[in-house]
Amino acid sequence: MATTQQSAPTVMQPMRARSNSGAILRKRLGTLVLYLAAILTALMFSLPFFWTVGSSLKPITEIYVFPPTLWPKEIRWVNYSDVFRLAPFALFIWNTVVITALAMIGQILSAAAVAYGFSRFRFPGRDWLFFLVLSTMMLPWQVTIVPTFLLFRYLGWINTFMPLIVPSYFGGGAFYIFLLRQFFMTIPRDLDEAAKIDGASSVRIFWNILLPLAKPAIATVAIFSFIQHWNEFIAPLIFLNSTEKFTVSIGLRYFVSNPFESDEPREAILMAASLIVATPPLILFFAAQQYFVRGIVTTGLKG
Amino acid sequence: MSTAVSMPRRRRWGTPLQRREAMEGYLWIMPWVIGFIVFSLGPIIASLYLSFTKYKIGGTPEWIGWANYQEAFFKDKLFWPSLSRTAYFSVATVFLGVALSLFAAMLLNQNFRWRAIFRALYYLPSLTPVVSLAILWTWLLQPQVGLVNFGLYKIGIEGPGWMTSSTWAIPSMIMISLWASIGGGRMIIFLAGLQGVPKELHESAEIDGANSVQRFFAITLPMISPVILFNLILGVIGSFSVFSLAYIATNGGPNYATWFFMLHLYYNAFSYFQMGYASALAWIFFLIIFVLSYAQIKLSDRWVYYEFV
Repeated sequence: MATTQQSAPTVMQPMRARSNSGAILRKRLGTLVLYLAAILTALMFSLPFFWTVGSSLKPITEIYVFPPTLWPKEIRWVNYSDVFRLAPFALFIWNTVVITALAMIGQILSAAAVAYGFSRFRFPGRDWLFFLVLSTMMLPWQVTIVPTFLLFRYLGWINTFMPLIVPSYFGGGAFYIFLLRQFFMTIPRDLDEAAKIDGASSVRIFWNILLPLAKPAIATVAIFSFIQHWNEFIAPLIFLNSTEKFTVSIGLRYFVSNPFESDEPREAILMAASLIVATPPLILFFAAQQYFVRGIVTTGLKG
Repeated sequence: MSTAVSMPRRRRWGTPLQRREAMEGYLWIMPWVIGFIVFSLGPIIASLYLSFTKYKIGGTPEWIGWANYQEAFFKDKLFWPSLSRTAYFSVATVFLGVALSLFAAMLLNQNFRWRAIFRALYYLPSLTPVVSLAILWTWLLQPQVGLVNFGLYKIGIEGPGWMTSSTWAIPSMIMISLWASIGGGRMIIFLAGLQGVPKELHESAEIDGANSVQRFFAITLPMISPVILFNLILGVIGSFSVFSLAYIATNGGPNYATWFFMLHLYYNAFSYFQMGYASALAWIFFLIIFVLSYAQIKLSDRWVYYEFV
């Protein structure tokens, strides 16, 4: 700190001509502290990832050394192919892709339809029903899990993908309905009124006018929905029980808790596997960052 | 529909056009209505009924009155400890979590370069699947060769056994969930709230000579108090539901140290197949959540500021 205090004024000397040097110094110091805090926090959040990447490339002999190394001396890429050799991980990924894709479609379509109903039609009890939609956000899954399990068991859906896909088609979740409704309300009604006068049905208005205009909001919902289903742990844990049906999340846990057929040490491979599982949401997030945050910030949570 | 003249036989809501609009509206929200009845309301009522029965999968439910609740409150040795453990975890993660998320949001609300990059980095942990998170932290907190204890060793502290020690297991869980959630959705919601605070308020207060601490307590905090309430309520619900992390990382151990309420419910339902007893646990949980949320909303009259123009 002391050194920065001394060096800062000398750096600024040339442009200091008329302004108050004390105030500028304080401002510079403030900026410095700000950057330091931001960088330290960012390091705290990202360092564990770097370490895991390093560990996933280590040979087993380097995993158990003290002091631990951040980056392996000898890089073992083969750990990554071992993931696919030692467990049916390609199958887990495929299962997850199928479930995620089908659930996403249902979630987007049904949340958009419901949001359309709430934003464009007047009917008795509408506000009360919308309040009910929002209040389901506060209902924890644990309260309904036993009867839901019994229902799916009665339908013969245990150990199928149905329990992980079908509920998405019925409303698609309160948060997404809320997000899309807020967005639909910002689209001028004149557009659909005009189409209505021209004789367009509400289905046409929904499909040809509102949905195309709501692309940014739908992108936000799609990203959230993808990450939610890709990362989902509890539902597959409860509803799936044979290895060939597993998703990546429970496949990874199976990896943790079941010893391999061979006695190979697997710590590094486990970390490689957990990075493989974590990668798709990270890539998607970075590719679509703008939608991700803006989608929430602009829909006006102030309500 | 054919005669426009109203016959005052039965009062119906609105004009035919309005009724048509209402019908269509109901049709559009129908997916949600069905989903709500089948996946929320129905199961809530069914689990209330089941909570008064003895029901093993495959058999028929047998009415036993309050026996499940008596079992939970007076006989089940794991019930009260799992509840108090969960409360301990919840109090720590909610208060620290909300405070630290607000701090992170305020940091990102400042005017500086590469804000988007920082925001993305803060968000990283909350994108990580919980299984990866558990594996990652099991290694970071590994007592002998983990990075955390190595760091502590460097500054002259002998690190504890973390998740392998029954006193440090819950603090480990708290630490991991804070790490995973501070920069996530809660921070983004705070950020949205902070951006809704009018700049003019801060500017005029600054002209009047208020320093940044005064401005924080007199302007920022009251203006975002509804957002704080929202985050508190969802935070309590989320932290009381803690399950996956403990299930994967420690499976309730060591020696039941992380046997949270939800693990208790899960094992009763899906390992011992005591569906009646698990439903009673679910309803106890539901009532706890309901009371806590209701109390927070009631108490909020005293500290939440709503802006009515």
